[in-house]
Amino acid sequence: MSVDIATVKRVAHLARIAVTEEEAASFQGEINAILGFAEQLNEVDVEGVEPLTSVVAQTMKKREDVVTDGFYADRVVANAPVSDDDFFVVPKVVE
Amino acid sequence: MSSTDLTSLTIAEIRDGLSAKAFSATELTKAYLASMEAARSLNAYIVETPEQALTMAAASDERLAKGEARALEGVPLGIKDLFATEGVHTQAASHILDQFKPNYESTVTANLWNDGAVMLGKLNMDEFAMGSSNETSYYGPVVNPWRKEGSNAPLVPGGSSGGSAAAVAARLCAGATATDTGGSIRQPAAFTGTVGIKPTYGRCSRWGTVAFASSLDQAGPIARTVRDAAILLKSMASVDEKDTTSVDVPVGDYEGAVGQSVKGLRIGIPREYRLDGMSDEIEALWQQGIAWLKEAGAEIVDISLPHTKYALPAYYIVAPAEASSNLARYDGVRYGLRVPGDDIASMYENTRSAGFGHEVKRRILIGTYVLSAGYYDAYYVRAQRIRTLIKRDFDLAFAAGVDAVLTPATPSAAFGLAEMATASPVEMYLNDIFTVTVNMAGLPGLAVPAGLDKAKLPLGLQLIGRPFEEETLFRLGQVIEDAAGSFAPSKWW
Repeated sequence: MSVDIATVKRVAHLARIAVTEEEAASFQGEINAILGFAEQLNEVDVEGVEPLTSVVAQTMKKREDVVTDGFYADRVVANAPVSDDDFFVVPKVVE
Repeated sequence: MSSTDLTSLTIAEIRDGLSAKAFSATELTKAYLASMEAARSLNAYIVETPEQALTMAAASDERLAKGEARALEGVPLGIKDLFATEGVHTQAASHILDQFKPNYESTVTANLWNDGAVMLGKLNMDEFAMGSSNETSYYGPVVNPWRKEGSNAPLVPGGSSGGSAAAVAARLCAGATATDTGGSIRQPAAFTGTVGIKPTYGRCSRWGTVAFASSLDQAGPIARTVRDAAILLKSMASVDEKDTTSVDVPVGDYEGAVGQSVKGLRIGIPREYRLDGMSDEIEALWQQGIAWLKEAGAEIVDISLPHTKYALPAYYIVAPAEASSNLARYDGVRYGLRVPGDDIASMYENTRSAGFGHEVKRRILIGTYVLSAGYYDAYYVRAQRIRTLIKRDFDLAFAAGVDAVLTPATPSAAFGLAEMATASPVEMYLNDIFTVTVNMAGLPGLAVPAGLDKAKLPLGLQLIGRPFEEETLFRLGQVIEDAAGSFAPSKWW
């Protein structure tokens, strides 16, 4: 399988990365090289093989559903590029 | 002791010297700060933290005076820029985390400071740990302190933990933290003549470490000797409630394992690691390693890991898929860079376009593609199934009585800066061909220097162990170190 330039642009939009025409062309070649490399995975018979979801045989740890941390909104927004009164500020979303 | 003498001490020697009052933690830290200043041309550090280092060293001196020294009291360390350090530059060597200073500390670094270590600064790396040469950093490439004999051409230190490896090799820290998703500890260690261990997945907490591919990422140390790596891992490793993949197994006595006999251990030699076109030097190094372990009483057995060749292509589906998901958080809203746009979507797109470098963008795009509707089963699920088979290969070898596996660490010695600039991404990815299987299976892997090539550049061997049996790797690694000796670059910077 290989990707065309329109697919590269569509995927870039899905990933929310603006790309120039030049970048899209460069990515197209590189992505196709990697997908070509991955073609060999089709040689392997994976019938009946479960996908690996954890390398360690351990059930996921759970904890009590209680608040253990928080109540410092000022610290949470401290690294925001724009914030106001402990809120993140973004461009207007709803008219 | 002279400044050079101080920076050439191993961590074990520092521990002895400080307790014998041969020098102070402050003197030692000052010696390192001076060596860092003189080595800025290597670009190993992104940020130096001399004031913090001297404050921590003074606190260590007080502890030492009271006879209350902890495991790493006064030991000056460099920290990869991937670890959150409170109030200190933490950007994963990316522009998108511009000005980010976390108000929390990663579990791994908190463990080190609780044991008395001193922070010298933040180390350069490939952006978001994506690279094998440290050339994708927003802060520019790191230069390997090693050069080919008779040449001034700059070489890469490997990646992604290139700053960590270069700093340890050039005596700019006594040891360093690093991380390994596909070989990012072991490949740079091999390129710089240092020792690096990627522990079993779940051994070191990932909390507070900037995520790349969460099912593969593991922290570990880079150090000058096997014993030093064991000392550092003991402090870095822990069981952490804040990381659900942290495994509830007690941390081992790694240093106690160093020097223990390897008599009777069964060492597997996987025939699939003998690549077509592999250089004679790498083959000779491997044979030398086999001979050393045999002389020390280990039993050598040929084994087969039949799915080895599929590990790298499967990795380059799984890792970008996880990365595209993890890196979705960089949106110009909560931290880091923001580039304005006409609306919120264009603000996201402009921010991510300006903030991420080319390699990172490419991996996000591949990840987004393989996870998108219609391709998920064909790529991602298939790669995860193959991952099961890769892990099964190792499980079967271990079940048959193999205690550890010996392989080369890398297919070559360090290459030139910009030498791979025109190569296809796949060629660069081949650097990780011997290391990536270990991440796919979640196993511990140790890279240990084993010799020099014809150009007098270091080469390393890799030992792969059973889950949570890092002790076995330290035992075997010490045998190789004893036989091969230690390697240091001659100073030119």
